[in-house]
Amino acid sequence: MTVWQIVLLASIACLALKLAGYLVPARVLARPTTARTADLLTVALLAALIAVQTLAAGTRIEIDARVPALAVAAILYALKAPFIVAVLAAALTAAGIRLLT
Amino acid sequence: MAEPADEAAALESRSAARTGWAVGVATATYGVSFGALAVAAGLDVWQTCVLSLVMFSGGSQFAVVGVLAAGGVAAGPSAIASAALLGARNSLYGIRVKPLVGSGFWRQVAAAWITIDESTAVATAQQSPRARSVGFWVTGLVVFVGWNLTTLVGALIGDSIGDVSAWGLDAAAAAAFLGLLWPRLRRLQPVVVAIGAAVVATVLTPWLQPGLPVLIAAAVAVVFGVTNLFGSPAREVDDGGGAA
Repeated sequence: MTVWQIVLLASIACLALKLAGYLVPARVLARPTTARTADLLTVALLAALIAVQTLAAGTRIEIDARVPALAVAAILYALKAPFIVAVLAAALTAAGIRLLT
Repeated sequence: MAEPADEAAALESRSAARTGWAVGVATATYGVSFGALAVAAGLDVWQTCVLSLVMFSGGSQFAVVGVLAAGGVAAGPSAIASAALLGARNSLYGIRVKPLVGSGFWRQVAAAWITIDESTAVATAQQSPRARSVGFWVTGLVVFVGWNLTTLVGALIGDSIGDVSAWGLDAAAAAAFLGLLWPRLRRLQPVVVAIGAAVVATVLTPWLQPGLPVLIAAAVAVVFGVTNLFGSPAREVDDGGGAA
């Protein structure tokens, strides 16, 4: 696959899912089980992506500057800091640790 | 002379528009981080902009970029599947906002395009039909225009930065996902699912090609969704909390 094919296929899939909400009869999608699973899918995927982004290096697990960086972001979110502040603080933490070690 | 009820509705509509602008501007600011991360993951500036223009759903966009950053083009199918699974909630938002956005084919297509966490949340927080419609369209359009502009800015910045890890951009990606996840962790069930999915993805990482552990971790959501383990009593579609 080329990067363009990935970008276009993924984009069309996401747009089609949005349109489906307007086209598919509500009773099919609004069942509690379906709704709950869709919500939890979002949670599970985000959590899995966090784990992989923080710990994986290819197919190895590596504990490095990303772990304290994520901890800093978590503390800032807990203190209700804005998204962009937490993301920048995480980047600066990782960059700072790599500069010093 | 306007009836008091009309005045109240007009007041609520103006308030909905103000909320839409505030949410829209706040959301658009982190389009910069998406643009920079996308370029760092190997996309060019145009590919990055197409994601923001057509996919236009922050979680899914970060997922494509995150999976490609870890696994390269070989992880393409996993990247597409991750984005689609994360975008599935937008279908449910569509059901709720469809009655609020007005009729007509093109109007509904445009509404579907900008049906995301933020526009749904602002619309459904209003009381009158008029304010709901105003809240939806103002939020959706401000986020759309702002997000696409800041994506371009971020992509151009990322293009000129060079080495990603020296700037801590890889850590920024995890922090961005955490920001999207944080508002969803208010009840026990999502917390349990989040921990379970993170453990599954980590444990599988040494055994599978990059991208697949994330997809398999999604099964945790299906198990808990179907059985409602650790769940509250059955309810209708959740409020559109959280970020893009």
